[in-house]
Amino acid sequence: MGTIENSLYNIGYLETLSYQATPIHRLDPRVKLLTTMVFIVAVVSFPKYAVGSLIPFILYPVALIALGNVPVGYLGKKILIAAPFAVFIGIFNPLLDRQVMVHLGPLAISGGWVSFASIMLRFVLTVSAALILIAVTGFHQVCAALERLGMPRVFALQLLFLYRYLFVLGGEAARMVRARALRSFDGRGLGFGTYGSLLGHLLLRTLDRAQRLHLAMLSRGFDGEIRLLRPLRLHGRDVGFFLGWTGLFVLLRLYNISQWWGTWVMGLVK
Amino acid sequence: MSHHIIDIDDLYYSYPDGNQVLKGISFRITHGEKVALVGANGAGKSTLLLQFNGCLLPEAGRVRIGEMPVTKKTLKHVRRTVGLIFQDPDDQLFMPMVYDDVAFGPLNLGLTPEEVDRQVMQALAAVGAVHLKDRPPYHLSGGEKRAVAIAAVLSLAPAILVMDEPSSNLDPKTRRQLIDLLKTFEHSLIIATHDLDLVLDLCPRTLVLKEGRIAADGPTRMIMQDEELLASCNLEKPLRLQGCPVCHPV
Repeated sequence: MGTIENSLYNIGYLETLSYQATPIHRLDPRVKLLTTMVFIVAVVSFPKYAVGSLIPFILYPVALIALGNVPVGYLGKKILIAAPFAVFIGIFNPLLDRQVMVHLGPLAISGGWVSFASIMLRFVLTVSAALILIAVTGFHQVCAALERLGMPRVFALQLLFLYRYLFVLGGEAARMVRARALRSFDGRGLGFGTYGSLLGHLLLRTLDRAQRLHLAMLSRGFDGEIRLLRPLRLHGRDVGFFLGWTGLFVLLRLYNISQWWGTWVMGLVK
Repeated sequence: MSHHIIDIDDLYYSYPDGNQVLKGISFRITHGEKVALVGANGAGKSTLLLQFNGCLLPEAGRVRIGEMPVTKKTLKHVRRTVGLIFQDPDDQLFMPMVYDDVAFGPLNLGLTPEEVDRQVMQALAAVGAVHLKDRPPYHLSGGEKRAVAIAAVLSLAPAILVMDEPSSNLDPKTRRQLIDLLKTFEHSLIIATHDLDLVLDLCPRTLVLKEGRIAADGPTRMIMQDEELLASCNLEKPLRLQGCPVCHPV
């Protein structure tokens, strides 16, 4: 039963991170959203065996973590939670693709392992970029940005309400689960039967709440449109952030900087 | 000033499932009056409150807000005049930030951004919650949520405030602060509550609701002394009017 509350607390914590006032937090949410999207597209668009050329992209999350004051340990845990999905996507590659691609001294590495490494690297990069976006922007700001960028209003509202009532619903579920656990002994009462009725109750309560909520909105003049009074304005630093990073991503996508760097260092050594 | 009046005339209402909750209710509340609405659970208090601003429309009879009947056509005006504060602040605070929530109503009225800002800040100041404006509602304490929910309605500058159980789930000090706050309001005030001591403090007049009908309507002090009436409506003398257990142990 603690798990529901814990995960709620965790999501809430991600949100509290967004109240900070670092230079990254002050940027326009649209700029951060677009930059993150370009970053993700760039990372995902590399060919199957890309590893070396992906590594320089780590610069972006690292820079944002440092400037945006995002706790690395927390972020790491969040990434680990999602990691099994990526592992399962890539885990069969080493078994299916045994063609040796790279020799590291005596060690022969097959193409499967290389592509697996590539998948994991992409996973860490994209997931961390998305989490960092929420941590330095806040969910509702991301919604506002999505709406400004042309997402249909209905979806933006759905997302906003989903996020707002996630906490209420989660709290209610956690209390019900606890109440059940307190009156269940030796595992009796914890079966699927009660689980079904618990879920049913939760659904009914949610419908009731939705109705009250709608009344509350109507009472204050709701007419189908939600208006927000928070003008978003682009400043020079926003444009600079966007152009600087996306320029870098394009550059890193088109040219293999790691390779150049490697040859240059080797040249120095020789 | 005439729109501070609520006039209910022989009001009937049934829920769609056929359960008749209001069975012929009539009363009139005039400008600046503070009235308590008390009664047992299920007596119809909350249903009656929802009639005041047209959330529910009567099945028979009439609700008038300042000589204007509540109908589908007058809803916008009525809802601006009557501010309804819900029992559970979580039902009422649905926007991502406190400021947005308090601004929700004024923005829907189509005020200019400057006016909206002024209304919002005034409303937040009135309930002492200016410092909360950039917080999301789900991170607030119960008392803070209540204050913000009141501000969210005050920002519409209503003439009549209708509250459902305003003192529920508040600690004694927060409850006292709420009572002091409500004392400063010059609005007509209708409070549905089980907190009869709050009624003694705030409302000179009390309406007692019993099974969908008005069982009594009169000065609070008289009604609160009528133990027979109170008992028949699942109520009890306010604690302050009962004997002191230390001086007069039973």
